[in-house]
Amino acid sequence: MKSIDDILAGITAGQPRAIGRAITLVENQQEGSEAVLSHLDSLVCNYLVLGITGPPGAGKSTLTSRLIEQYRADGERVGVIAIDPSSPLSGGAILGDRIRMMRHAKDPDVVIRSMATRGRLGGLCSAAGSAVRIMAASGCSKIIIETVGVGQSEMDIIGLADLTLLALAPGLGDDIQAMKAGLLEVVDLLVVNKNDLRGAENLAMDLEGVARQREDKYGLPTRVCRTIASEGQGIEQLVALIAELESLHSESGEMNRRRQVSRNREVVDWGLDMIREKLEPLAALHKHEASPQKTAVQLLQKLWLDL
Amino acid sequence: MSNHPAYTKWADNQLAKSLQRFPERRARFIHHGNTEVPRLAVPADIDQNYLDQLGFPGQYPYTRGVQPTMYRGRLWTMRQYAGFSTAAESNKRYRYLLDHGTTGLSVAFDLPTQIGYDSDHDMALGEVGKVGVAIDTLADMETLFSKIPLGKVSTSMTINSPAMVLLAMYVVVAEKQGVAMADIKGTIQNDVLKEYVARGTYIFPPRPSLRLITDIFQWCGSNTPAFNTISISGYHIREAGSTAVQEVGLTLANAITYVQTALDAGLELDVFARRLAFFFNASSDLFEEVAKFRAARRMWARIMKERFGATNPSSWMLRFHTQTAGNTLTAQQVDNNIVRVTLQALSAVLGGTQSLHTNSRDEALSLPTEESVRTALRTQQVIAHESGVANTVDPLAGSYFVEQLTDRIELEATDLIGRIEDGGGVVACIEDGFIQRQIENSAYDYQREIEEQERIIVGVNDFVVDEESKPPLLRVAPEVEDEQVARLTTLKHERDNADVAASLDRLADKARTDTNLMPLVIACVRAYASLGEICDVLRGEFGEYRDRQ
Amino acid sequence: MTTKHRILIGKPGLDGHDRGAKVIARALRDAGYEVVYTGIRRSPAEIAAAAIQEDVAAVGLSSLSGAHLRLFPAVVEELRHGGAADIAVLGGGVIPEDDVAVLLAAGIKAVFTPGTSLEEVVQAFAAVCDEQ
Repeated sequence: MKSIDDILAGITAGQPRAIGRAITLVENQQEGSEAVLSHLDSLVCNYLVLGITGPPGAGKSTLTSRLIEQYRADGERVGVIAIDPSSPLSGGAILGDRIRMMRHAKDPDVVIRSMATRGRLGGLCSAAGSAVRIMAASGCSKIIIETVGVGQSEMDIIGLADLTLLALAPGLGDDIQAMKAGLLEVVDLLVVNKNDLRGAENLAMDLEGVARQREDKYGLPTRVCRTIASEGQGIEQLVALIAELESLHSESGEMNRRRQVSRNREVVDWGLDMIREKLEPLAALHKHEASPQKTAVQLLQKLWLDL
Repeated sequence: MSNHPAYTKWADNQLAKSLQRFPERRARFIHHGNTEVPRLAVPADIDQNYLDQLGFPGQYPYTRGVQPTMYRGRLWTMRQYAGFSTAAESNKRYRYLLDHGTTGLSVAFDLPTQIGYDSDHDMALGEVGKVGVAIDTLADMETLFSKIPLGKVSTSMTINSPAMVLLAMYVVVAEKQGVAMADIKGTIQNDVLKEYVARGTYIFPPRPSLRLITDIFQWCGSNTPAFNTISISGYHIREAGSTAVQEVGLTLANAITYVQTALDAGLELDVFARRLAFFFNASSDLFEEVAKFRAARRMWARIMKERFGATNPSSWMLRFHTQTAGNTLTAQQVDNNIVRVTLQALSAVLGGTQSLHTNSRDEALSLPTEESVRTALRTQQVIAHESGVANTVDPLAGSYFVEQLTDRIELEATDLIGRIEDGGGVVACIEDGFIQRQIENSAYDYQREIEEQERIIVGVNDFVVDEESKPPLLRVAPEVEDEQVARLTTLKHERDNADVAASLDRLADKARTDTNLMPLVIACVRAYASLGEICDVLRGEFGEYRDRQ
Repeated sequence: MTTKHRILIGKPGLDGHDRGAKVIARALRDAGYEVVYTGIRRSPAEIAAAAIQEDVAAVGLSSLSGAHLRLFPAVVEELRHGGAADIAVLGGGVIPEDDVAVLLAAGIKAVFTPGTSLEEVVQAFAAVCDEQ
């Protein structure tokens, strides 16, 4: 599987090997990644990107696994991008989200890819955005991005999703309060998972109160859904809610607007990465006589001529 | 000896009663030269702190042991965990062990059996008969205990998620031998909570698993009163890499969960509590291990009396089995393992264990050979009969070091239990991975210490030699798997399959009700329904737990 | 841009003792690798499928139950079957010395017996990753 043509043909045929290779190429920005990506856009058809975020212990991976199950039962092909943080010390990462999704390992119509944040801001978005398009081109009609929604890079990732779901569970402590504040502004759906645990009722009521105060553009409050993902309870209702929001957003044009925004940001991210790559060696060579700001302007002007 | 009124009271009551019921092994215990070994050394000035923290053996809070005379009355049970290959092969090994002086059997099942798969299941590939004996139906169990009188030996079975099925088989085999149910003695491990965090042989999700356990407590309470219904195990938590403190804290947190679940189901505390047994690891840090056993005993007594309000002293007693630490055995210079095992076994005896398994020198390489199993058993016999440590009770009590260690372990383990309860209890802490992370971090730190030579493992990271001779290893022949599958296939043809189907249907009907499932499982077993068939019915009703973090 | 090496650590068969697998996963992370962990009780087919989707450079297997002679080569076979013969397979656990040669002959790139240091394990993974 060396040539770009092989990879492209493999992606359209849904071959796991080709899909995996292609994502590696774009993730590492290796030679050929641009060629793969530029061909993909013509292949992509209809798909929905669902972002799932929430604190550790909320049951995101189990929820994802149940959603996969439900969508597969409806005959859809599903992609999953599971994101875990890289260690700031070593740059390595343990990608453990797959554990809860292994029951789908032998299903050729479930494509799962674990990705590490690699300490990048924009770069992760561009890699994950490209992975979404590769999965879509391979025929995935539902693509789930799962991430711990705490850091800025994870929040940015959520911007890639057409719909975003925040999973919470009772008993996870105070950090949820802080998280709720920022995340509530961007999520479309609130899920109270582990609804059988003590404190679930309070959490759900609390969230429903918050949700009522925040009407969306259709004048509807943010939906709150209760699930016990470990036992599969509430998943059908959740899938129905997602479908309802999906059709609302596509009819109103909100879906297109969001995709445009996210696409714009991807463009900027790519651009910044490209500039950084050129700028870093220049800065290293440059004799720093002027102020950093002035130097930057000089170097950019020089770059401008080169580009 | 002491003139303190508390001592006199103990000597006149607990001790006198115990001596009457269970005379000591010898009329006198002596050193060479005819000096008498005291039964129990106590401080010259017994104060309130001594009485609160240590007390006397056989008396709350049992820090010094659960019986007044400990090993002077009866030595611990020397119980060697064994089993491999087929039921017929294992039966031979058991009879060999009984001939050589073991006093209790301990059955190791292979992994498919422990996970409720028949030997012909896809996932059983390569695993049949490997780490224990393969049991598919009652027929295998009949072979396993052939010519072993179940009314006389006590049998421990390391079985957890499908414990109800194996216990049912044992009960039916005993019945066929004509043994009264009240005379069946032994233990099933039946501790499923630690499977989710350490050992990995779970089948069902935690909640239905806890229900099966409670059903067993209840059924055994009225049918097999001499059978221990659970062995709440820190052993595997320690093997997974925990510290001594975590071993105690996590084990007792699990125990609290079992007790609470049984109480919630309406069971009588003082009926089931005295059939709870424990199982700990004896690792290499000798004094910390002794302190650990003593601390665990004191903690459990306090938990049962003060927290749950148990009134029967047998409910307060933490009785435990010990196994030496498998993870400390090295593949290098295997004979060194005999020394490690000796020290670890000594800590268990100094800590007051009720029964003991000593690992064999070659277990880092494979299952033990007959010869190395014998050496392991001899190690216990040397400690029991030559070292003199069994001639007095709790000899390390009063050592400043050991008492401070005991207090520290109690304090830190109690703190860990509190953190788990703050996190919503054991089940919630398993689901969000808190417990697994605790263990993992300790395991990683330990390995790093070895890498950086902060911890010396003789023959591994220091004192290394080039070894040429390889010890003989026991191997389970690959044909064992095919033979076992063939036996199962034949049996499935020969049995009354209408009877099997009917008994399985009745089990399925009742699985979601609150009917006690034990009699229904016994009926399935009697009809020669296989372990896998019975577990599949329950999987259908309860669901499967698959994705441990 | 740097090329990160990705490794998958898997536990084939029914053995639930994952202390070693998890310690190795962490050591590899601390050496800068991205490590996908499958969890316990996986079939060779599940492990190979995950390795291909994750496009890892190498797969590390751990088994302590004595089933390695059947399970490790089965993973190699499944990878070959999925068109991924180039993904290196390494394995460790309670493996008697006599079995090492058998496993190497079956296409396992390196075999770790009890007592192998983390450093040796990490170096072996580094060697196969650098080949790619």
